[in-house]
Amino acid sequence: MVTRVLALIVKEFLALFRDRNSRMAVVVPPIVQLLVFGYAATFDLENVRLVVLNEDRGSLGRELVSRFERSVGFDVIGFLQTEDEIKPLIDSTRALMALRIGEECSARAGRGESCPVQVIIDGRNSNTAMLALNYVRTIVTDFNQEWAEQVSGTSLPARLTIRAWFNPNLESRWFIVPGIIALLAMIVTLVVTALSVAREREAGTFDQLLVTPLRPVEILIGKAVPGLIVGVGEASLIILVAVFWFRIPLVGSLATLYPALVIYVLSIIGVGLMISSFSATLQQALLGSFLFIVPAVILSGFATPIANMPAFMQKLTYLDPMRYFLTIVRRVFLEGAGLEYFWHDIWPMSVIAVVTLATATWLFRHRMY
Amino acid sequence: MKHEAGMRLAGMIRKEWLQVIRDPSSIAIAFVLPLLLLLIFGYGVSLDARNVPVAVVLEEPGPQGLNFSGGFFQSPYFAPVVTPSIQEAEALLRANRVDGIIWLRANFERDYLNRGSPPMSVIVNGVDANTGRLVQNYIQAIWYGWLEQQAERAGRTLQAPVALEQRIWFNPQIRSTDFLVPGVLAVIMTLIGALLTALVITREWERGTMEALLVTRISVNELLLGKLIPYFILGMGGLALSLVMARFLFHVPMRGSLWLFIATSALFLLVALGMGLFISTMVRSQFVASLIAMISTFLPAFILSGFIFDIRSVPPVIQAVTHLIAARYYVSILQTLFLVGDVWSVILPNALALVAMAVFFLGLVYRRTRKNLE
Repeated sequence: MVTRVLALIVKEFLALFRDRNSRMAVVVPPIVQLLVFGYAATFDLENVRLVVLNEDRGSLGRELVSRFERSVGFDVIGFLQTEDEIKPLIDSTRALMALRIGEECSARAGRGESCPVQVIIDGRNSNTAMLALNYVRTIVTDFNQEWAEQVSGTSLPARLTIRAWFNPNLESRWFIVPGIIALLAMIVTLVVTALSVAREREAGTFDQLLVTPLRPVEILIGKAVPGLIVGVGEASLIILVAVFWFRIPLVGSLATLYPALVIYVLSIIGVGLMISSFSATLQQALLGSFLFIVPAVILSGFATPIANMPAFMQKLTYLDPMRYFLTIVRRVFLEGAGLEYFWHDIWPMSVIAVVTLATATWLFRHRMY
Repeated sequence: MKHEAGMRLAGMIRKEWLQVIRDPSSIAIAFVLPLLLLLIFGYGVSLDARNVPVAVVLEEPGPQGLNFSGGFFQSPYFAPVVTPSIQEAEALLRANRVDGIIWLRANFERDYLNRGSPPMSVIVNGVDANTGRLVQNYIQAIWYGWLEQQAERAGRTLQAPVALEQRIWFNPQIRSTDFLVPGVLAVIMTLIGALLTALVITREWERGTMEALLVTRISVNELLLGKLIPYFILGMGGLALSLVMARFLFHVPMRGSLWLFIATSALFLLVALGMGLFISTMVRSQFVASLIAMISTFLPAFILSGFIFDIRSVPPVIQAVTHLIAARYYVSILQTLFLVGDVWSVILPNALALVAMAVFFLGLVYRRTRKNLE
C-alpha cells in the first residue's frame, strides 16, 4: 500500500512541477505578492494631502497649522485664500482634506470662547475619510488639552495615559502582514489541490485511477500530500520574509504556529479536493475555487474585523477555516500566545478538515461522468 | 465576401454560446459571483467598531472614578465589564475577551482630592492596530467630556478653544456601503472578465479542436471576436445585475451619468476579457491557465486597486506597481461616478489608461494568435 501511495504522490508532484510555467506559477507569485501586499495593505495614513484656509491672523491658527505640518500623517500642499478654491481641489482628488480656521479664532479663544474649525474630507473612500478624521481629532484633542492646561494654570485633575499592548505604535503592518501569511497559504494550497482532480476528470485519467487497486483513501493521501508539502513549505518561506524582511516581531513560538498551520492547510486541502472532485471540468473547478476564496477572505477578518459584522454574518464566519488560523497567526506573532489559548480555534478547523476530506473521498467514487 | 465573413463570425459566436449554455459554470461566473460578493460586501463589512468590550478596574471605587467610568457605560462604542483586579483584567485581555482595560489605582480618589493629578491608565490591545486607534479616539472623547464636567463642577467653564466641525463630502454619514459597493464592482468585473475567457483558447488547444478551427477559413479577427462577443454580453449582464443591486438593494447614490457608467464599464470589461484571453494564449494547458488566473486576478484587484486599502498611503515604488492593475483605474472612476458626479478631471485620465490597457492586452492576444495560426 505504501509503495502504491508513494507512486501516486510522485506522479502528482510530476504533474504539478514538470511544466516550467506551472512550477513558476506556484512558487514565485506568492513571494512577490507578499512583498507588494506587505507594503500596499495598510490602514496607516501617510501624507494625506491637506489644504489650509487660515482666516485667523493670530497665534492659535498658526500653532494649529504647524501641528498638522509636523504630523507624519498630513502633508500640507497649499494655503488657500478663499473658500471657493476648496471644491475643485477636492473634486479632482488633488487634496483629500481641507482645514478651515475661522476669523478671529485667536481673539475668541483669548476671551475663553470656542472657535469653529472646519475640516472638510473627501468621503469617496469612506474608510480613508474616517481614518483621516480620527487623526484630526487626535491632533485637536491634544491641542485643546494642552490649551486647557495652560489656561487653568494648574495641572489637570487627572492624567490620561494610553498604552497599546503587543503593538505599541499601532502599526497596521504588524497586523496585516501575518494576515497575508494566512491568505497566501490558502491560495497556494487551493491552487495545488482544487485543480488536481478536475484536471484528471477532464482528461479522462481519473477513471483510470479509479480502476487501479488504489482505494479512495489512498487516492486522497496521494492528492493531499503534495498540497500539504507545498502549502506548508510556501507558508514557511512567507513566514521567513515576514520576520526577516518586514521585521514583524515573532513573539510566540513556532511550536504553536506549526501544528495550527498544518491543520489549517489540511482544511484548505479538504475544501480544494471537495471542489475539485465535484467539478467535471477545469472551468468549473476554477469557478468553485473563487466562490470559496472570495467569501473566505472577506469573512475571515483579514481586512475588516469580524466583530463589526452583523450577527448573522458573524455566524457564517464560523464556517471559514481562514478565520481561525488568522486569529492564531496574528496572536502568535504579536502576543506570543501559546496553544492553550487556541483550542477553540483549532477544533473547528479540525472538524472542517475532517468533514471536507471525507466528503472529497466519497465524491471520488460517487460523482461519475 | 463580406456576407460570408459575417456568417463565419455568426457561426463562431453560436458555437461559443452553445458552450456557455452547456457548461453552466460560465453563467454562474457572470451572475452568481456578483450576487454573492455584493451581498457579503453590502451587508457584512465595516471598519467602524462598536460595543468594544473593555474591562474597568476601579481598585477603590469612589465618586470621581465612578463618574469617569460611567462615560463608558453610556457610550455606544463600549461594552464595559467591571473587573475587581488588574490581574484579572490582564488575563481577560490576554484571552482576547476584552480589547482594552481602564484602570484607576487604589490611591486615585485621594490623589485627586489632593490635586496630585493621578494617572488614569488605559491599555488597548494593539494587535488590530486600526481598531486600537479607533478605541483610543473614543476613549479620548470620553476623557475630554469628563474634564469638561470637572471644570463645570469647579465653577469654571472649560471652553475648548477649537470646536471641530466635520464635513464629510459625498458621503456625510460615512456609510461604508456607499464606498465599498462601487469598489466591489471592480473586483467582480475583474473576476468575471478573467474567469470567463482564461480558458477559452487553451481549451481548444487542449482538446485538439483548435486545429480543426485552423483548417477552416476563419480569420484571426473572426476567431477572436467570436471568443469576445459572447463573453462580453455575459459580462455586461453581470454588470447590469450588479448595478440594479447597488441602486435598489443597497441604495448607493448614482450622481454621475448612466451612459458614462456603462461606457467606462464596457471599456473595463474589455480590459478584463483581454487579460483573460491573454492568459489563455500564453499557455497551452488549461491547468496552467487556471493556476495563473487564480493567482493573478483576485488578490491584486482586492489589495492593489485602492478599493479597501488607500493607494495614496502606499510607498512610491509600490504605487508605481499599482499602475499596472487595471482595477485601480476603474475603482477611481466608479467611486467618483457613484458618489460625486461626472468629474472629467478624474474620469478622463483613468479612462484613457483603460483604453491603453485594452489596446495593449487585445493587441498582444492578436499578435500571439496569428503566430500560432501560421
